[in-house]
Order: sequence, then structure tokens, then C-alpha cells
Amino acid sequence: MGQVISMAIVMLIFWLTLSGNYTTFLITAGVISSVLIALLAYRMNVADREGHPIHLGLSALTYWPWLTWQIIFSALNVTRIIVSPSLPISPTLTRVKMSQKSDVGRVTFANSITLTPGTISVDIEGDEILVHAITSDNATDLEAGGMDKRCAQFEGGS
Amino acid sequence: MDTALHILSWVLLAGGGFFCVVGAIGIIRMPDAFTRLHAASVIDTLGVGMIITGLMVESGLTLTTARLGIILLLVFFTSPVAGHAIARSMRHRNVEPVLSEDRTSGGK
Repeated sequence: MGQVISMAIVMLIFWLTLSGNYTTFLITAGVISSVLIALLAYRMNVADREGHPIHLGLSALTYWPWLTWQIIFSALNVTRIIVSPSLPISPTLTRVKMSQKSDVGRVTFANSITLTPGTISVDIEGDEILVHAITSDNATDLEAGGMDKRCAQFEGGS
Repeated sequence: MDTALHILSWVLLAGGGFFCVVGAIGIIRMPDAFTRLHAASVIDTLGVGMIITGLMVESGLTLTTARLGIILLLVFFTSPVAGHAIARSMRHRNVEPVLSEDRTSGGK
């Protein structure tokens, strides 16, 4: 039930942010629709830790800045590859082990890989992700497991 | 102070535009579809990120900034899903990537 209440609150904040017109009618309509949506989500059994992962809020505060830094760093790296006349790519297909247990953690890891320029998660086989990397260095960095460890920490909520 | 913020936002906007152009050039230069996805992800991350951050600086502490933040989150959550969907469907369609090294030790 706590999940349903916090989902309704998040929905209401979302409504208020997008609306910007704070008349009594609009706020009442927002409260009614967010409560209805939360109850609907509860009936559809999606108002759980996967559909509404509010428990990850705190660890996102440390994980997202780190991921942003990784993204900037590797985007600049890919930019350097694109603008160099010789196009120094060495496309590599590799398998990376993932140690996350929950689906949310695995999705976060796969999404982080794809979001970081230079690496794309292609497929999941058991507890390994098939990754396409633009250079063999990118593949080696990912195999070293730094991002995997960070994601496992993120999933653990610390 | 106002001038400094304007300069900062214009640097961010121009930088975002630069990375969008670089990503577009990369899409043309890369040899196959997988490597083109890598070039496209420069647009998704630094290009979009810098442009939206520049607009946030320009609009200051208003509701518009919060909405821009929601757009940024939306792009950052959905663009890897789209990239993964393209890569995965190419693999299942047996599109062979141009590889210089294959560390998967044999086939599918």
C-alpha cells in the first residue's frame, strides 16, 4: 500500500509540474486522476518495486552523477574517433558478466552500457550481456567490471 | 551575472549543436549499422544533454526548467532502449557486424 501512496504522490507532482495553472478545479482534477492511476496500477499488479522503484531514489543520487561523467568522457572519445581522418575503429563483440540479481538492476546495467557512447548491449544470454564496442579498448574497459560493480551497488540501494 | 549566465547557456547550446553535427557526420562515415549506432548515441547524450542544459540555464529557476528536466530524463531513459532494440533485431535477423575482433568464442 505504501507503494500505491507514493506512486500517487509522484503522479501528483508530475501533474503539477506539467500543468503550471494552480486553480482549485485543476488541482482537484490532478488529485483525482493520480489516485485513480495509482489504484489502477495496483489492480494491474504493476505498483511494485519494479514498476515504481522509489527505493532506488537515494542511490540514484550517487549513481547518476558517476554515469554522467562516464557518458561525457566516452562521448568525447567517440567524437575524437569520428573527426579523425583515419577513423580509428576496431569493432569488437564481447560478453560481459553481470552480477545484478533483480530485473531493475539488469535493465539499469544494460541501459547504462547502451547510453554510454562506444558500447551497445545487443542481447542477454543467461547472466552475460553480449556487447558491441566500437574499439577493443572500450570492450576491455567494460570487461574490467567497474560499471557492473557500480550497478550492483546501485541495485542494492547504497 | 546575467551576462555570465547568457554566455554559459550559449556555450552549452553551441556545444550541443556541435556534437549533433559530429554525430551526424559519424552516422555517414561509419562502415556498418552497429558502428553507426555508436555515432548516433553521441547525439542522444552530449548533443541533447548540452542543448537542454543550455535551455535550463536560460530559463532559470522556473517551472520550465523542471519540465526540461523531465524531457532530459525521458530521452536518457528511452534512447538506450531504442538503440538496444535496433541492435537486438539486427542480431536476430543475422545481420553480420563488421568486426576486427570477436571475443565471444564461436557463434551464437
